[in-house]
Amino acid sequence: MNNTVITKDLANRKLNVTRQFNAPLEKVWKAWTDKDLLDKWWAPKPWKAETKTLDFTAGGLWLYAMQGPDGTKMWSRVDIKTVVPQSSFSTACAFSDEDGTIDQNFPKMYWDVKFEGLGQITKVYVELSFDTDAAMQKIIEMGFEGGFTMDLNNLEELLETY
Amino acid sequence: MRRDIFQAVADPTRRAILMLLALQAMTPNALAEHFNSSRQAVSKHIKILTECEVIKQQQTGREIYYHFNPQKMKEIDVWLENFRKMWDDRFTQLDDVLKDL
Repeated sequence: MNNTVITKDLANRKLNVTRQFNAPLEKVWKAWTDKDLLDKWWAPKPWKAETKTLDFTAGGLWLYAMQGPDGTKMWSRVDIKTVVPQSSFSTACAFSDEDGTIDQNFPKMYWDVKFEGLGQITKVYVELSFDTDAAMQKIIEMGFEGGFTMDLNNLEELLETY
Repeated sequence: MRRDIFQAVADPTRRAILMLLALQAMTPNALAEHFNSSRQAVSKHIKILTECEVIKQQQTGREIYYHFNPQKMKEIDVWLENFRKMWDDRFTQLDDVLKDL
């Protein structure tokens, strides 16, 4: 059983997610960058991911919807900023409509994903970040996959005093 | 307006107020002395923190003291655990995808 580990860097509005997979790097990279494979795992149940377009190159775009059990669709556009094949990629993610027009009511989040191949095992490091405290709060209030970026450093220290 | 623990901690001044109150209960005046911002601005943050229930006020003689409520802070841990679980579910699905590749 591979554990999903979350660490917080609240002062910098960052959250890190780390996980190990029992598969070689090539396969894990493919699962993160191929649209048919992404649609199979990206949405946490009971949501379903449905990709409209994916061009996984620097400057490319991933446009997809998360579909809820009641048919609600939430569209996201992910602008792919950098790609180092089999190694890392970074993106800016925003909520949008189905044509990819960004909904300015919601702040962007940034993803930095790194892959480390260790033979039959691959480690994946995901870093999520926001521009501002306000952006972070807005996403958290939405309660969907946003919450990731509480400034918990200080709070953790604070809790330790109790 | 909806108030929750995340709103309480989503501002640097409010985080600083919470740090101070975690050490000891304080009056609004004593709190305000720690900040360069106006007393009014500090009061506004105190009001939001009170509405979020992360601090409580208590009258002692003539003075009002603000106390930190650590129980409320634990809601963040609960939220983080839900966040972790969401990623865990997602990655379990990825495990299945990888098995078939």
